[in-house]
Amino acid sequence: MASSPKLDAKIPQGEIDQKWTKYRSTVHLVNPANKRSLEVIIVGSGLAGASAAASLAEMGYKVKVFCFQDSPRRAHSIAAQGGINAAKNYQNDGDSVYRLFYDTIKGGDYRAREANVHRLSEVSGAIIDQCVAQGVPFAREYGGVLSNRSFGGTQVQRTFYAAGQTGQQLLLGAYSALQRQVGMGAVQLYARHEMLDVVNIDGKCRGIIARDLISGKLERHFGHAVLIASGGYGNVFYLSTNAMGSNVTAAWKAHKKGAFFGNPCYTQIHPTCIPVSGDHQSKLTLMSESLRNDGRIWVPKKAGDTRKPTDIPEEERDYYLERRYPAFGNLVPRDVASRAAKERCDAGFGVGASKLAVYLDFAANMMRYGQIEANKQNLHNPSKEQIRELGRAVVKEKYGNLFDMYKQITGEDPYEVPMRIYPAVHYTMGGLWVDYNLQTTVPGLYALGEANFSDHGANRLGASALMQGLADGYFVIPYTIGDYLSEEIRTKAIPTDHEAFVKAEAEVQERINKLMTIKGTKSVDYFHKQLGKIMWEKCGMARNAEGLKQAISEIQKLREEFWKNVRVTGEANEFNPELEKAGRVADFLELGELMCMDALNRNESCGGHFREEYQTKDGEALRDDDNFAYVAAWENKGNNAWELHKEELKFENIKLAQRNYA
Amino acid sequence: MSGNMNLTLKVWKQKNKDAKGALETYQVKGISPDMSFLEMFDVLNEQLITEGKDPIAFDHDCREGICGMCSMYINGRPHGPVKGVTTCQLHMRSFKDGDTIVVEPWRSAAFPVVKDLAVNRSAFDRVIAAGGFVSVNTGNAKDANNILINKDDADDAFNAAACIGCGACVATCKNGSAMLFVSAKVSQLALLPQGQIEKEARVLNMVNQMDEEGFGACSVTGACEIECPKGISLENIARMNREFIGANATKK
Repeated sequence: MASSPKLDAKIPQGEIDQKWTKYRSTVHLVNPANKRSLEVIIVGSGLAGASAAASLAEMGYKVKVFCFQDSPRRAHSIAAQGGINAAKNYQNDGDSVYRLFYDTIKGGDYRAREANVHRLSEVSGAIIDQCVAQGVPFAREYGGVLSNRSFGGTQVQRTFYAAGQTGQQLLLGAYSALQRQVGMGAVQLYARHEMLDVVNIDGKCRGIIARDLISGKLERHFGHAVLIASGGYGNVFYLSTNAMGSNVTAAWKAHKKGAFFGNPCYTQIHPTCIPVSGDHQSKLTLMSESLRNDGRIWVPKKAGDTRKPTDIPEEERDYYLERRYPAFGNLVPRDVASRAAKERCDAGFGVGASKLAVYLDFAANMMRYGQIEANKQNLHNPSKEQIRELGRAVVKEKYGNLFDMYKQITGEDPYEVPMRIYPAVHYTMGGLWVDYNLQTTVPGLYALGEANFSDHGANRLGASALMQGLADGYFVIPYTIGDYLSEEIRTKAIPTDHEAFVKAEAEVQERINKLMTIKGTKSVDYFHKQLGKIMWEKCGMARNAEGLKQAISEIQKLREEFWKNVRVTGEANEFNPELEKAGRVADFLELGELMCMDALNRNESCGGHFREEYQTKDGEALRDDDNFAYVAAWENKGNNAWELHKEELKFENIKLAQRNYA
Repeated sequence: MSGNMNLTLKVWKQKNKDAKGALETYQVKGISPDMSFLEMFDVLNEQLITEGKDPIAFDHDCREGICGMCSMYINGRPHGPVKGVTTCQLHMRSFKDGDTIVVEPWRSAAFPVVKDLAVNRSAFDRVIAAGGFVSVNTGNAKDANNILINKDDADDAFNAAACIGCGACVATCKNGSAMLFVSAKVSQLALLPQGQIEKEARVLNMVNQMDEEGFGACSVTGACEIECPKGISLENIARMNREFIGANATKK
């Protein structure tokens, strides 16, 4: 298979561990005086957007940052809980750049680009250094050094964390760096602004159209380059662990203006979320993967067992992950853990009122920690109760906020009874196709963080999203953007009365007018929920050709109905959250179809994409490397039509193999 | 319908920052005790849209208590009656069938109303921009374990850093003071070796910006600490006062 001529990944020559080093030393530079006249627009203020904005402004570029929330600090990176990976080998347990690279390629089920992943692994250590220097309060040991824990899909401890609030602390670090540049006037901040289109002139991206969400006014902004760092599209499923406002709109507008969309069907279903409790539910809440360090997952051995979990004796419990995957146990990758939970529940062993849940039990480890603590404190012959109390304190320090959140949501105390968990949509590995420079198929238009498709293949390992977002923003784009901008130093800022800006704004205005004038009978949420149901049932944890074909036709019908019958209340020229939602759901209604098409095209199972027709006799994902070792990059042809382009994935350093965690 | 609670809501409606606002009364039926307070508002808004009325604008995003976006003043308390939670994590089981619930926006001169229950908290961003950072450009850092940090100091810094910038402290304060918010950031960085170099300038600049934004003075009633959903301690204010006095004394 040869790659499509439209997809040049621009992977540097040389050995895998020399590519980035050599690239950095030879990439074109922009001198400081010229940087001052080059403008960069960044859409999104999460880990990728904020870190890129701070870093580029520090270098001297003129930066504008846009976010739809009231402050850049609200971006959904803030909700990441468990941690961030880095190949520091502080634990002396055999970690290395190569091992992180290998784990990430394998974890992604051999569907990621080797060169990008190796670079990610190379810069991982510097991210931790940078964050500590900013004052990010990572967890520490009594000796004053940084602490680590384990995450799924690895056998080393390389995850750095700040209790269950790692994303918050990393984002606040990047946000502080960003605000420092705002204070100095190097970054102009546009909060409560939503990007509604990109503007291309002579084949290059030259700016955006944004809506001021308070006044409703449309604005035109010029940039020599535009960076999309707007996160993932998990909310296409309506129920997910994403924030309510998380959306695909910025990435989708870029896609419709020429940026190919890579691997849209790769969705991560996270195994440990609080189960759905009723039809009122607006979102799902994750319980960090770090809990699988200390929690054991089980269901009763007897189907339909209605006893309380604490009444079920040890020998009548099925610790199915430990049974099926003894080498990794409860720390198998997310896709494997999710499918295993679904398998048990589908077979009738689920627990709780809905029977769509499994137990995550901390009792055994609480006792283990209690015993260690008793030894540390030199307590002789402590009672079982004392040990339990000591263990409880340790667990509280590690995961206190998560346990509190669980109790608040479910009304049950996880220190006393096991948590009930079930898989939920959490992350999207797919996104805008980018080359090694993080540039999309439109020159001057870049995608960073979860918004791009690049590093996680078909399944992301835990604690790697934070790593990728910050790698892209702090350490990749500051170099790679020079390759493009060094050619742009003679380009003067284009006035925004240029016809391309005028036309783009008129199109955005027309779409808003259309949404406002339908005045139908059904709310935006109604359509979003319907779409979510189709996607979850037919393009969720398990997919098959028949279901995907049905889903495509159902989505087409729903989209048609949306444009005839949606009711958007209020006015266009005011703060109007219903109008914002309507625009986002309209985009999801197009993306959903493309996701199903991509899932239908990929006649294999890999990572988070599980096609029921393609599985081993043990129910594991069955890849087809001969025919599908490629990135599916979809070109938008207008009117909901797409053309598939393929980027061949070459594995020159890691041998393709069936993933084995047993 | 998923539940059986019926409630009367009195909710602040205000078209924009310049318009005059008023409380309006709404009835909601069939509320489940498992719903979050914001999901109850989703039900109300869906009902209003069906009736062709203007839904209530309110800020919310992550709905898991960490982004700091939700900001309802419920029955006279920011984030409602339960200690240590944000509005999105407040569940209807904390209320009784037949209750009347009054919901207002954060009220403070420094937080103008955007619409209904949504307010503008960008004053906080400007306070951070004035000094809530360590001046270390990307690429400057040395190995993360080069500087050892006492675990207790690291833990205290973490506890201060847990602030989500929601503004409940300002909303509950009779003076509209932002001292808890500002002191949390000052403390986090003052407790860490990385924050030492700029500590004098930081506290002076941040306090100065806080005053410019129109936040009130602190009279140490401690209401902020009680209402803070993340348990940010009043000790941070004491620490900031020490930092401030020290910085003023050594000011050149």
